[in-house]
Amino acid sequence: MLPIKPLFIQESNLGLRLFLGLVLVGTLLLADLRYSGLATVRSAIDTALTPIYLIADIPSAIGDWQDNTLRSRQRLLEDNDRLRRENLVLQGRSQQLASLQADNARLRTLLNSTALLRDDVLVSEIIGVSPDPLRHQLVLDKGAEADVYLGQPLIDAQGLMGQVVEVGMTTSRVLLVTDPTHSVPVQVNRNGVRAVAEGMGSLDQLAVHHVTATTDIQAGDLLVTSGLGGRFPIGYPVAIVSAVERNPGEAFARIEATPTAALDRARHVLLVFSQLPDIEPELDPGEEPLE
Amino acid sequence: MSEQVHGYWIIVASLLLAAVLAVLPLTRVLLWWRPEWILLVLLYWTIALPHRVGLVTALVVGLLADVMEGAVLGQNMLCLAVVVTLARLMYQRLRVFSLLQQASVIFVLAGLHQLITQWLQSLQGGGASGFVFLFPALSTALLWPLVMPVLRELRRSYKVN
Repeated sequence: MLPIKPLFIQESNLGLRLFLGLVLVGTLLLADLRYSGLATVRSAIDTALTPIYLIADIPSAIGDWQDNTLRSRQRLLEDNDRLRRENLVLQGRSQQLASLQADNARLRTLLNSTALLRDDVLVSEIIGVSPDPLRHQLVLDKGAEADVYLGQPLIDAQGLMGQVVEVGMTTSRVLLVTDPTHSVPVQVNRNGVRAVAEGMGSLDQLAVHHVTATTDIQAGDLLVTSGLGGRFPIGYPVAIVSAVERNPGEAFARIEATPTAALDRARHVLLVFSQLPDIEPELDPGEEPLE
Repeated sequence: MSEQVHGYWIIVASLLLAAVLAVLPLTRVLLWWRPEWILLVLLYWTIALPHRVGLVTALVVGLLADVMEGAVLGQNMLCLAVVVTLARLMYQRLRVFSLLQQASVIFVLAGLHQLITQWLQSLQGGGASGFVFLFPALSTALLWPLVMPVLRELRRSYKVN
């Protein structure tokens, strides 16, 4: 016998249920906006959702695979040739690096400032981008298992991309420098003028606010991380100033900059493990320092 | 009256597929036109099986969507809860509508979804300028006449109840 499907189901408590639901949602909203105690819940759910990111990534993975396997011999040879030449140039440039680094460290000790240590990097792959056009976030395929930590900077070959805002077991979420909620302390590479570059919600634009009209900053200037605030290591390129507008009627100049990193094209990115330079090696008392 | 749960996995599978489509990388031009896949599928099941899919499903799915989108927890929950409750109130009328009439109702519901999202985002200092935030509502409504028959066919052939 077929069960009779009710055409009108009992709806006596629909309003009450919606009310209870809204109370729950309101609590969550407040908790997430005001306090950050829900980070563990979020990363647990994110870890569970990893398969969804991986499945959504299949089309781009297939594209990569095609690129790798169906490439003609001719193009491979060309690529190889080009990369070899590039490698030669880079090696040539890095020959002096060791002595320059030692030089730099010596000068810094003379000036009594802390030494700059080299940063280690971890190559990571982007497996997801935020579906919301206003939220510039990426999902990476490395998480807590690879020692990714909250606030870790992310770069690509051209410059700073953003920082890690959420760490799951095998994935992590990165906030890009262009997100409206993101700001990064920068300085002009030419003269060291400090400023703060803020995201505007557009992938090819950053804004530099609160720079007085008389500050020496002009179109074409390279903005690099200043290291202030302690979150980003010093010296990574962030953006190139694209427009400076000085209006006599306004207190500050209007400055726009273009991020140097390929924010919407890169697939492989680097997570930077910046070693904190303020850790002194401990020496046994009475023993002569080695150097 | 005993109602047997049957083919529940079809509902879960369709929602998972919607989730994948919702995070699928798109080019920048299409980004503003991404339909609200999760909302679309959830609305179908609410209208077709209101005794199975409702507020609780909306809240659970919303929570997962919030984490997936990196939105503030509760954003999708709120939108989906409100829209699903509205659909629940008028599912009897919706069932007898033609596909086009249904699509126009879906447009209003998806528009409301987008509006609440927009409010919550501007609370945090973001938010789109202009009416660009309504584009997804339009694409969601346009997809309804395509998606709805597919889901209905699935529901019938697997006797989802």
